[in-house]
Amino acid sequence: MPTPLVVSDVAKSFTMHLRDGIKLPVVAGVSFSIRAGECAVLGGPSGAGKSSILKMLYGNYAVDEGQIIVQHADGLIDLATASPRTVLAVRRQTIGYVSQFLRTVPRVSALDVVAEPLVERGEDREAARGKARALLAQLNLPEKLWALPPATFSGGEQQRVNIARGFITHHPVLLLDEPTASLDARNRDVVIALIAEKKAAGVALLGIFHDHDVREAVADRIIDVTTFAAGKRAA
Amino acid sequence: MTDEPLLRVSALSKFYGSRVGCENVSFDLWPGEVLAVVGESGSGKTTLLNCLSTRLLPSSGTASYRMRDGQFRELYRMSEAERRFLMRTDWGFVHQNPADGLRMTVSAGANVGERLMAVGDRHYGKIRATAVDWLSRVEIDEDRIDDEPRAFSGGMRQRLQIARNLVTGPRLVFMDEPTGGLDVSVQARLLDLLRGLVTDLGLAAIVVTHDLAVARLLSQRMMVMKDGRVVESGLTDRVLDDPRAPYTQLLVSSILQV
Repeated sequence: MPTPLVVSDVAKSFTMHLRDGIKLPVVAGVSFSIRAGECAVLGGPSGAGKSSILKMLYGNYAVDEGQIIVQHADGLIDLATASPRTVLAVRRQTIGYVSQFLRTVPRVSALDVVAEPLVERGEDREAARGKARALLAQLNLPEKLWALPPATFSGGEQQRVNIARGFITHHPVLLLDEPTASLDARNRDVVIALIAEKKAAGVALLGIFHDHDVREAVADRIIDVTTFAAGKRAA
Repeated sequence: MTDEPLLRVSALSKFYGSRVGCENVSFDLWPGEVLAVVGESGSGKTTLLNCLSTRLLPSSGTASYRMRDGQFRELYRMSEAERRFLMRTDWGFVHQNPADGLRMTVSAGANVGERLMAVGDRHYGKIRATAVDWLSRVEIDEDRIDDEPRAFSGGMRQRLQIARNLVTGPRLVFMDEPTGGLDVSVQARLLDLLRGLVTDLGLAAIVVTHDLAVARLLSQRMMVMKDGRVVESGLTDRVLDDPRAPYTQLLVSSILQV
């Protein structure tokens, strides 16, 4: 079985043009791969570049150097150089992403926020809503909230909407940026179970988890991001 | 990924005498894609939009559009009549000021129906039924169908203008600051409506805005313009979250946080 995601020699820095063009190196020489059915966890202290790596893999941050090869639509795509249109197609079909924070849209209900990724992939709206209901129930989001836009929800409630939105599709690669940060123990366990289901289904997962118990429960291996530190010699 | 773009723009420039309107702009637009063009006033974004919609003729460069028969046609080589036909049928243009895109002294229903008649619909009952349907899609009550847009609020006028543009089932819609001049709550409603319509109808759209939040909500791709040139382009979230060009960094850092 081909490896769904291979990262080689990726480097990233930020050039701050409003600050006299100072260059902030973030990471360099980032190399790893993720197999189908495993959950790898990015480890290292805050500021080591964990989130930046996830964002590059999702096309949300530009890549300075290196390759991000993803198995997409029976071929291989280098996300580091792919056109915006290709990145959008990869996001639709191949790589899913659960961010820490939900970006809400005015007037769209929590249920439709969750169902939307399936609708975008051409699934029938009612069928998608059915799956959204099941996930929101599994994540213990009170049913009276489902029809409301999540803008006014608590942090934990928004995060559960976000998790449901990220887990509803069957992307072969799933990126998780601290999906359990504002959850109580009961809901953390639900997320751990959801991750186990994805693994069993052959999904390749890469995540950031600061919560030690969650990391212990889901990680098949830790990728130490400090070995990719770029800031030591520069700046 | 093998399908062809709807619009291909290559090295488009427009000069006003020695002054640059827009210079050397190239991009492709695919069906279903929303492209935001952002920049401050005077950056050339409206000049670009007017050239693309053939309201202005460029000084140099080409734009070809894939017609419904699958053939690409060079826009600036078409006859005036052909361009007008395209504008009436396959394209929409949503102006910042609804009064520029509406006929203010005929009824709301006639504003929508007129576009249908322009594409050859003659059956009064059918035209009225379609008008009612479109008014409800843009959340205007059926009992306002015989009112003139003069009697509408700014938000309602803008929604009516959108209905007038979309009723003929266009494949490409140009929008010039579609939420400009509206109250924030009215903006939110309009944006949500536009977002839904664009997704449901699979429209391609080019939206000119100076509001980065509008660009984030509506578009998948973005071009940032300054002094007539494109200084940065890419996925909307990439440009906004990891801006590379000095000018884009300035724009993004100038957003007020609430």
